[in-house]
Amino acid sequence: MSLQYFGLHSISGSLVVLDHVEGAKFDEMARIVLDDGTERTGRVAMLEGDKAILQVFEGTHGLSLTNTRTQFTGRPMEMPLSGDLLGRVFTGAGRPADGLGEVMAEKFGDINGAPLNPVSRQYPRNYIQTGISSIDCLMTLIRGQKLPIFSGTGLSHNKLAVQIVQQARIAKDSGAEFAVVFAAMGIQNDVADYFRRSFAESGVLQNVVMFLNLANDPIVERIITPRCALTAAEYLAYEKHMHILVVMTDMTAYAEALREFSSSKGEIPGRKGFPGYLYSDLASLYERAGIIEGIEGSVTQLPILTMPNDDITHPVPDLTGYITEGQIVLDRGLEQGGVYPPISVLPSLSRLMKDGIGEGYTRADHSAVANQLFASYAQVQDARSLASVIGEEELSALDKQYLAFGKYFEKCFLSQGFDENRSMEETLDLGWTLLSLLPKSALDRVDDQVLDAHYDPDAAAALIRKVEG
Amino acid sequence: MMQQPVIYSVNGPVVKIRNTNVFSMMEMVYVGNRRLIGEVIGLTDEETTIQVYESTSGLQTGEPVEPTGAPMSVTLGPGILTNIFDGIERPLRALEDASGAFIGDGLAVPTLDNEKEYDVSIKVKVGTIMQGGEAYASCPETSAILHLCLVPPNLSGKVVFAAKDGKYRINDEIIRLEDAAGRVHSLTLCQKWPIRRARPAARRLPPSRPMITGQRVLDTLFPIARGGTAAIPGGFGTGKTMTQHQIAKWCDADIIVYIGCGERGNEMTQVLEEFTALKDPRTGKSLMERTVLIANTSNMPVAAREASIYTGITLAEYYRDMGYHIAIMADSTSRWAEALREISGRLEEMPAEEGYPAYLPSRLSEFYERTGAYETLNGREGSVTVIGAVSPQGSDFSEPVTQNTRRFVRCFWGLDKALAYARHYPAINWNMSYSEYLDDLSHFYESEVDPKFNEYRTEISALLKEEQSLMDIVRLIGSDVLPDDQKLIIEIARLIRVGFLQQNAYHAEDTYVPLDKQFRMMELILHVYHRTKKMIAEHVDLEAIKSSGIMELVIKVKYDIPNRQLERFDALTQQIDGMLDSLRTKKKEVL
Repeated sequence: MSLQYFGLHSISGSLVVLDHVEGAKFDEMARIVLDDGTERTGRVAMLEGDKAILQVFEGTHGLSLTNTRTQFTGRPMEMPLSGDLLGRVFTGAGRPADGLGEVMAEKFGDINGAPLNPVSRQYPRNYIQTGISSIDCLMTLIRGQKLPIFSGTGLSHNKLAVQIVQQARIAKDSGAEFAVVFAAMGIQNDVADYFRRSFAESGVLQNVVMFLNLANDPIVERIITPRCALTAAEYLAYEKHMHILVVMTDMTAYAEALREFSSSKGEIPGRKGFPGYLYSDLASLYERAGIIEGIEGSVTQLPILTMPNDDITHPVPDLTGYITEGQIVLDRGLEQGGVYPPISVLPSLSRLMKDGIGEGYTRADHSAVANQLFASYAQVQDARSLASVIGEEELSALDKQYLAFGKYFEKCFLSQGFDENRSMEETLDLGWTLLSLLPKSALDRVDDQVLDAHYDPDAAAALIRKVEG
Repeated sequence: MMQQPVIYSVNGPVVKIRNTNVFSMMEMVYVGNRRLIGEVIGLTDEETTIQVYESTSGLQTGEPVEPTGAPMSVTLGPGILTNIFDGIERPLRALEDASGAFIGDGLAVPTLDNEKEYDVSIKVKVGTIMQGGEAYASCPETSAILHLCLVPPNLSGKVVFAAKDGKYRINDEIIRLEDAAGRVHSLTLCQKWPIRRARPAARRLPPSRPMITGQRVLDTLFPIARGGTAAIPGGFGTGKTMTQHQIAKWCDADIIVYIGCGERGNEMTQVLEEFTALKDPRTGKSLMERTVLIANTSNMPVAAREASIYTGITLAEYYRDMGYHIAIMADSTSRWAEALREISGRLEEMPAEEGYPAYLPSRLSEFYERTGAYETLNGREGSVTVIGAVSPQGSDFSEPVTQNTRRFVRCFWGLDKALAYARHYPAINWNMSYSEYLDDLSHFYESEVDPKFNEYRTEISALLKEEQSLMDIVRLIGSDVLPDDQKLIIEIARLIRVGFLQQNAYHAEDTYVPLDKQFRMMELILHVYHRTKKMIAEHVDLEAIKSSGIMELVIKVKYDIPNRQLERFDALTQQIDGMLDSLRTKKKEVL
């Protein structure tokens, strides 16, 4: 259709209203050409009578009521897809940003995707080894899972994400390729640069697709950035049969963009001004992780979000936690104590790990050692809070042992170098060695047989000698 | 002739039509050229408002809207069980066949398999006078459940035709009924019922029997009655879904309706996989044989999520009318409330608390009041029990959905983050939770389990309560300053917490525990408590008791004594008595 509409009825924020429109479709894309020849992209956000309300991705600055010609495309927002996406860098709206020209599309994909039928899903069971002890042992990442990192401003979540990308191995080698789709939403130039450099240095850049919406890019574009990234991921996973890890950062910036956009549309706000549909909207992103029965390939998501004021009850981490299959929580106290990665073990969780570990996947004793580490480390917290009141001296013998266990657990197990890639065996053995710092009777989450096989106070003593030099 | 109504505006899932009066409230309609399913939710003389159950992308103004003349209804008949539907009862397996792994729009698929043949036994003859709700035929729907075909509640009359026993498909005519006005109605194996209207029953029965779940903390401390209501509120990661899975797998309901309302897709896949593989302890068949799943995951259209709860409870009521006991797992009612909020926002209604519409409490109460134990129209007894998960925003139980739910349910199983962090599962906080059915059910426990059951339960609760106040002191000054008898209470409370309340869903013996074993475990713990309390009064050292290994024996009882060998409790009690006696003698020798 080559019908063009001259001028606009009104402009408000990133929204423009056209009137006397015929045949516009809800959700379709429109091209807005300015008098100076530049082009903007809009999407139909609402239809009312002969009026169409468009959201303009590049912002409305410079638009006037008379200097535009608008043409509807008749198609929803689509992006070109091909195997050549790998190694490319795009803007947040999915346009090439690396000067290598347009993608030769094998097909076009609607960026909104479609809901995956629950009966077509395959329940995720195979783990991804990250080489990071705390994650591998206590919150194992499973292929097809969505496992966010809850962080705070200034914490080392970016470093952790890079380390995971560099070290991630698919446990059972299926022959399928592994690639990363990286979506940056509202992050600073420096941070984007850090990711690009790190990927380049470790030689994975050729297996990465990047979508960059930086902090100074338009917010409406930010809303489509993750959708472009996930469309690319789904294509590579289900049609090119690759295992895709999608890193999305920062989801808080995304949600704030959504809030800004919602308020400009005059919608009724829910909690903290976020729109009432924030849950559904986030779910439409996170639920795009998964595996399809009978198709090789998977989409695993690792979204990163910064909790405003380190508050885990803030709507963004809160709703995210309700949708995702667990979370990795970073802790400022640990970071300040020099622990890297500063993963706060107790609130962290991987919901899918129970079915992806143990005999046939990792090792038969995996769930035993993980459960016991969680339970014992919870005791450490109690002992510490008691010690802070009555002093360490007054603690019972057992509580003192817990303090020692906590100290070495953080020093030897949680802490590891940025280049240190621990195998699953190493990690699990280390867990048992640390547990052996505690008396056998305190290890009540483990079957006696398993305990007898792995309990080894001598190894624990040797570890302490080594650490204390 | 009036003009065909056409779309005037589109805003997300809300579509409006102007200048028409052909629609009625709650009527189901087909929207647009793709015939998307929608429901009329608002009527004024100017505008008709419709919520659309499918994605509205691509709709244009001016596309037609077609009335159906009937309210939003579900099809009821054999073939519901073992199936998995979306929020408006479209079978997901058929959708997969129609559009592949990703769900498309405007797909018209039959709700129930209309090719499958059932072995139907006809129960009536020509000339029989039938009232609404009476059964005219039966057929084995699955190997576990016999399906009864019931005369629709609002119909009665004389049978003027009855088919012979044999194999029929769901749309085949089984009987014809002539009503008082002389109109003849043809009845097949299936019927329709509007989802927002409760199916009638003869009379409501008081709660008198617990729904046994095999979960100790629930059955013993906070039991739910058959036909009762319970809420499981908890922040993310506290185990709402896990608890519901456990109840669904093990509870003694005849039929499970599992509603995944705005939750994760992988979870529904898991339920489907696990329930198919899991052998039902009572029938020996797959658990799916008596289960129906309704999956409207968080990324599926929000209006259908709103409907999914009603679809689920209507299916449950239908089976209740056949005399079955149904347990509904609704995971999660908060997502349903959010769907209400989202649609309310699109309608620009005046919001009440936190953006939720002012009618949130009345919608919640309408839903929960459709539960209960009933005498059905055909004189059978059936019940619908609802267990609704609540996902409070920010784990804050003072938010509107939790607070309003609390007013309409009688069991409150509060999940606690601190317990979940310490991997104490099920993470049901015993200080925060309650059951209002304790009195209603006390007779059952006394007569069916043991006369002492209620007494023991009270004592266990009291010990936990006492531990809580002692721990307040310990947290301030440490446990060393407490006298031995108070330390003993803390130790016994630990036995209760670790040995009784904690239950391992992945352990073959511990995942389900019958009531008599629950009773024997309580008895053992209290026996140890009373004996040791006496010994402490005789100045036996608590540390000696603790290091004797007795406590560990009691804690491991849940794994060591299988559910079917309860007589071994006697031997264990003797062994423990022996160990305590020798401690006592040792003490005397020292003196």
